[in-house]
Amino acid sequence: MNRVIKREMVVPNMHLLVVEAPEIAAKIRPGQFVILRAEEEGERIPLSVADWDEEQGTISIIFMEVGASTGTLACLKSGDTIPTCVGPLGNPTEISNFGTVMCVSGCYGIGSMYPVIKELKKAGNKVLTVLEARSSYLIYWLNRFIPLSERIFTITRDGSLGMKGHVNRITDIINGLASPPDMIIVNGCTFLMAHTSEITKSLGIKTIVNLNPIMIDGTGMCGVCRVTVGNKMKFACVDGPEFNGHEVDWKEFLARRKAYVDEETLYFRKSAPKPAVHKEGKCQS
Amino acid sequence: MNPEKPSKIDLNRNDMPKQSPEERRHNFNEVALGYTAEIAMTEAKRCLQCKKPRCVTGCPVEIDIPGFMSFVVKGDFASGIKRLKEKNCLPAVCGRVCPQESQCESQCILRNKGGEIAIGRVERFLADWEAEQSEIEMPPKAKPTGKKIAVVGSGPAGITVAGDLVLLGHEVTIFEALHKAGGVLTYGIPEFRLPKKIVAREVEYVKKLGVKVVTDYVVGKTRSIDEMLEEYDAIFIGTGAGLPWFMDIPGENLNGVYSANEYLTRMNLMQGYLYPGSATPIKKHARVAVVGGGNVAMDSARTALRMGASDARIIYRRSHAELPARAEESENAEEEGVVFNMLTLPVAYIGDENGWLKEIECIRMELGEPDASGRRRPVEMPDSNFRIPMDAAICAIGNSPNPLVPATTPGLDTTRRGTLVADQETGKTTRDRVWAGGDIVTGAATVILAMGAGRKAARSMHEFLSKKP
Repeated sequence: MNRVIKREMVVPNMHLLVVEAPEIAAKIRPGQFVILRAEEEGERIPLSVADWDEEQGTISIIFMEVGASTGTLACLKSGDTIPTCVGPLGNPTEISNFGTVMCVSGCYGIGSMYPVIKELKKAGNKVLTVLEARSSYLIYWLNRFIPLSERIFTITRDGSLGMKGHVNRITDIINGLASPPDMIIVNGCTFLMAHTSEITKSLGIKTIVNLNPIMIDGTGMCGVCRVTVGNKMKFACVDGPEFNGHEVDWKEFLARRKAYVDEETLYFRKSAPKPAVHKEGKCQS
Repeated sequence: MNPEKPSKIDLNRNDMPKQSPEERRHNFNEVALGYTAEIAMTEAKRCLQCKKPRCVTGCPVEIDIPGFMSFVVKGDFASGIKRLKEKNCLPAVCGRVCPQESQCESQCILRNKGGEIAIGRVERFLADWEAEQSEIEMPPKAKPTGKKIAVVGSGPAGITVAGDLVLLGHEVTIFEALHKAGGVLTYGIPEFRLPKKIVAREVEYVKKLGVKVVTDYVVGKTRSIDEMLEEYDAIFIGTGAGLPWFMDIPGENLNGVYSANEYLTRMNLMQGYLYPGSATPIKKHARVAVVGGGNVAMDSARTALRMGASDARIIYRRSHAELPARAEESENAEEEGVVFNMLTLPVAYIGDENGWLKEIECIRMELGEPDASGRRRPVEMPDSNFRIPMDAAICAIGNSPNPLVPATTPGLDTTRRGTLVADQETGKTTRDRVWAGGDIVTGAATVILAMGAGRKAARSMHEFLSKKP
């Protein structure tokens, strides 16, 4: 049982959840994740951790509301409890002084990238932050990144903030630099990670991605999170979640992530205990 | 005390009442219904009460089998269960999933005549009888010693250690990584073979004895063994064999290819069999192949049938005679309609354009000379490849020990197979104040062996703690 300290919508459909978890807060490192259950008999969902406060004994998670379980999470209020919050799981991001590191993130990945950038900066790296979103209003935590970043680039599909276009504008960003970054780290949706990896492979820049496959136990027991990396079978929960983006079989990864889309939709429509009816950022009739 | 000896040897082993195959293949209720008091007494009466009972030597925890049988004969079930529980703290579980035919029952003197006593069934009867009583007699507990013990993993080994040590007056906490206690009894063995309420009952029992159970806690991640040693006087590691093997053949990461652990965990722990009533989604595949021939393979195939598969089959590389599953389980599977493709080995999984399994390519095998295990080695027959159209494949070829704890505990030695090095008699590992037992030491084995190892470790831990200032 973990107490919810706070839950708020950060930008439309994107929520911040602060949970009391003192042992996890004392142990967690950037790049690691937790597994939550939103309610008894709920499914187990892996979520990256975006921040923590060891003194307060809390961890913060940014998640996107996409289906039944995240819908339930999105309805939590301060003082509620969730039955499961277990972690920290997975291996932490490898942090040392690499030189210049470009951190590309989008969606919920903007949240999980924050502790990575904090640590990179602390280790003496120059951090170039790239945030990607459909539109300016979907970008959050910009003020957190400003003091940590050497430069910040934003890419929006509609051009409402920074460069207009897609993740492939990363090529322009890199070409515009005096020298290419020593390393790139990508957190976010599969599309963002796969395409960034594709671009940087041709440029020969080492790229680390933080994979987010379906998981059940998160301790290596079930094997549902397996992914092909460098032609070898890896379990994202215990071997990852970070891998060399150039070696990941992205086509397979995407297919595995989508394995239960139909079933999730069916459950959402038929049996989900309570539809998300919170009012923030949504039209009310 | 001496029960009347039967005048004539009765070789009629009493059958276990079961759900009919037609009925049970459509539900998740327990297949075997259990003996009635009458049948149990009739069965126990057949026991010859041997002076030197060989059955006891066949039991990994040396249960006084003639002893509890003699109470059952008299209808004194309370004394029977008490005698049974002196050696076995999980009789309802062992009575169901122990391979008695290769342990106690294999040693029964009546076996030669084909009428061995159904020891497991009587054991199960006693345990179930006790559960129905309104008040369970609690064993006496020693005075508190002030010593703190952490047990890592809540499977059969962990539950046993915890139960034994708490009675000796120690303060015991079990740490479980998942959200429900029970280990493989909860996530692995299906409802129709081991109802979850029985596992829950056993967990409740140790809780009643005073054991604290902490779920959602991954030792090695949330806290390391070294950090725990600062708080606890001794630690027992019973983290089991939970890292699924795959075959390293093409296409294993296609959608529709599962490890048995995933398939069974979705169904059991996450209650996928209730989907779409439950939140964890599952696929209702029509044609399901299970690779492997053990109990887990049988569990998977029988689960697939119950989920509505029209074709559930076992693909096994050796022949029927070498099946590692209990005879009872493979017979149950066959009765329910599971098809057996023997002497067959998958060599590749072939997918469709969306990354879903479509066909399994197999090769035919024949049996050669016996190998190290004493079983005849399966040999590929050249140019015998063929394909079977399938929607799902479940890989049930075994598990390695879970590496999480060994990998995060310096000085805790492992063998080449990844199992923990531990003394066979005491369970002591290569780290001071750390014991281990169950599948993490032996590799995937049985519930009773894990329990036996827990027993031994508890004894050794208690000895150590009694000397410790």
